[in-house]
Amino acid sequence: MKYLTEFRNGEIAQRMAREIAAITTRPWKIMEVCGGQTHSIIRNGIDQMLPAGIEMIHGPGCPVCVTPLELIDKALAIAAQPGVIFCSFGDMLRVPGTECDLFQVKGACGDVRVVYSPLDAVELAAKNPDKQVVFFGVGFETTAPANAMSVHLAKRRGLKNFSLLVSHVLVPPAISAIMESPGHPNGEDLPLGTPGNKVQAFLLAGHVCSVMGYWEYPPLAEKYRVPLVVTGFEPLDLLDGIRRAVVQLEAGRHEVENAYERVVTFEGNRAAQKLLGEVFEVTDRAWRGIGVIPKSGWRLSDAYREFDAEERFQISGIHTQESALCRAGDVLRGAIKPAECGAFGKECTPRHPLGATMVSSEGACAAYYNYGRFLSAEELAKTVVSCQ
Amino acid sequence: MCLAIPGKVEEITTEGGLRMGRVNFGGVVKRVCLDYVPEVEVGDYTIVHVGFALSKIDEETAEQTLKDFREMGVLDEELGSEEEAFTRAAAAPQSACPGGSCAVEKH
Repeated sequence: MKYLTEFRNGEIAQRMAREIAAITTRPWKIMEVCGGQTHSIIRNGIDQMLPAGIEMIHGPGCPVCVTPLELIDKALAIAAQPGVIFCSFGDMLRVPGTECDLFQVKGACGDVRVVYSPLDAVELAAKNPDKQVVFFGVGFETTAPANAMSVHLAKRRGLKNFSLLVSHVLVPPAISAIMESPGHPNGEDLPLGTPGNKVQAFLLAGHVCSVMGYWEYPPLAEKYRVPLVVTGFEPLDLLDGIRRAVVQLEAGRHEVENAYERVVTFEGNRAAQKLLGEVFEVTDRAWRGIGVIPKSGWRLSDAYREFDAEERFQISGIHTQESALCRAGDVLRGAIKPAECGAFGKECTPRHPLGATMVSSEGACAAYYNYGRFLSAEELAKTVVSCQ
Repeated sequence: MCLAIPGKVEEITTEGGLRMGRVNFGGVVKRVCLDYVPEVEVGDYTIVHVGFALSKIDEETAEQTLKDFREMGVLDEELGSEEEAFTRAAAAPQSACPGGSCAVEKH
């Protein structure tokens, strides 16, 4: 009973929205971690169905957006080398590096391919023994099992010409970083649950949890005293996740709850977790716009290090330069809404993106731009008031 | 990149030591690795992310979710061919100065 047709019919969605309004006695800020959920919320206008006090804050869960510019530049440098077949998912093609993007590299000189699965890249390596095949392995825990299997398979098949340019990031350390970031009131003077405070509850990314389960999260709920609700991507799933978060907030509870039971179990996919544990090891990772978050990513473990493209290609002499105007980092931390960035919709549009949050369809800035959200939540509220 | 798409398993084979299957996503059929879901059999529905089945789900959930994702316009990006991906990228022209210097000069 959580589907788009029913959402469009409106009855259940309106009832759920009314229910949220009925139980809401004070303002709450809830962050959806995943970029896919941000896209769904904005596209379906879910944030606008909520009572005035409930604010959705958009999280850093867009893998394209948080991949460091330096790594994009490394990818471009490797892709431009003769004898390299550079494989990627389609959504990395237009992410701007300091000087160009993968699509432009393909046009100029590089052999850039888009593959559906990392296994396709392993096949390319087997068929092209005279070429170096590199797969651009970015993403959260959802994508990691595929990349882990590709390296595992390449090792088993003895393929010396396959490597992974890897920048995997993890959700739980990102939640910690948001809750502990300087300037985040939860880390400083305001007591938790204070109105006007920053993030007070999180919607956890459903598909990340389909791999990892949600056994990692109870300590976070306890430590930061925030409700964490495993939530799906369809409109009614999101409303249900928000409703459950508000119920907990209003009751002063902070538990991990699963609102996506038809896909997610507590344990997650144990077979995938086992291989992830063999192929990857936890490492500090730089998140674009946010900075280095300790123990927030995976890199290849010692047993698989020979497949690390950064080791194999030893790229140096990269001069990475971020846009001075772009405030993607503030957007990714939930500090501002996209429309509050001075460049939004002016210097920065999907046709001329300054930062990755405007490039990726899962990026918050692109979602706001594409669905006509040019005002901040505060401005929208003022508009409504001035109309009355 | 982060969406997993539900599909129906039509055939299971072993290729190079991997449990592989043909999975139908509402008409688009892809080769999918089933190694992580040993419980899935022919006729079952599973959610698939970048060519890997991650968990078994029921038929009603799968068909409805597939329909919803299509209406939300996210299926093409996840399941499109290489050619379609490049066509999309070509239709997304971008500044030659992504650092934003020309934007600064404009003002």
